[in-house]
Amino acid sequence: MASNPYFSLAILFVAALGFGLAPLGLARLWALVFSPGKPNAVKNSIYECGLVSRGDAWMQFSSAYYLYAIIFLIFDVEAVFLLPFAVAFTGLGVEPCGAMLVFVLLLVEGLVWAWAKGVLTWE
Amino acid sequence: MAVDEGLKIELGKQGVFVTTIEELYNWGRRNSVWPMQFGLACCAIEMIATTMARYDLARFGAEVFRPSPRQADLMIVSGTVTKKMAPQVVRLYNQMAEPKYVIAMGACAISGGPFKQGYNVLKGIDRYIPVDVHIPGCPPRPEALIQAFMTLQKKIDGQSLTGENRPRHLNAEAQGEFPVPVQGAHDLEPASNPGVWPVPVVIQ
Repeated sequence: MASNPYFSLAILFVAALGFGLAPLGLARLWALVFSPGKPNAVKNSIYECGLVSRGDAWMQFSSAYYLYAIIFLIFDVEAVFLLPFAVAFTGLGVEPCGAMLVFVLLLVEGLVWAWAKGVLTWE
Repeated sequence: MAVDEGLKIELGKQGVFVTTIEELYNWGRRNSVWPMQFGLACCAIEMIATTMARYDLARFGAEVFRPSPRQADLMIVSGTVTKKMAPQVVRLYNQMAEPKYVIAMGACAISGGPFKQGYNVLKGIDRYIPVDVHIPGCPPRPEALIQAFMTLQKKIDGQSLTGENRPRHLNAEAQGEFPVPVQGAHDLEPASNPGVWPVPVVIQ
């Protein structure tokens, strides 16, 4: 078993596990022997800025951020696809170039739409 | 079992060091008292000055101000506690993990100070939560806060792990929750926590 090349890794794994679990175990032991836990409703409440939480956390947010998502797609995600396209450009035939052109035109359509909507105007 | 102080020194001279779990425990706690990061009034400015380079609270292991009550050991009530603010302070104290300590900093926090005769200021935070060290002053100088720290460190050092006089966090029967007061029609209700602060009898 000791001749196995992964034997030292197994020992390291056990040591790492012990390194992580020993303090947790000691803390648990300390709590059991000396320092009892005293949970209560106020202590266990989620909000920790001194106020009582009101209402529900499951509320709806405005969908106005979809504009940022579209602009991000146009300017950022497009570049991810354009870079390998540009690198392989010389070796490509008509068909892949046409497919890429359609992809870019679809995104340009989104850009034109965003432009017409006035999203690009800095206020 | 405690080791005789003289024997300990004698053994130390010979290169033998003895200690107890209690000593190690208190040594560790005393040198890493993390205060909670919150200030109430002008005393907080002095508290901030204490943590900065000139006074350097880091020498006492207490420079890590935690923005969450779950990670803090010490609450420095630095300034005027208005009756509007008192429930929040008590709630935050309740949310701190044991062992927890309180320093009431300044005249307002210990008694209401110059606003004692007013209608909207709590006459001392020790009406609701147990205070370990009171420091007077308006505001107290950073040296006074450091003095309070050293006093608190001495207190932590003297706490026993077992026995009748062990501190609250080691005692399963001891009170763990401190009731949060609510805003009543004219005053906070209840006006004080009788388990923490005995209401003085007024003799006419």
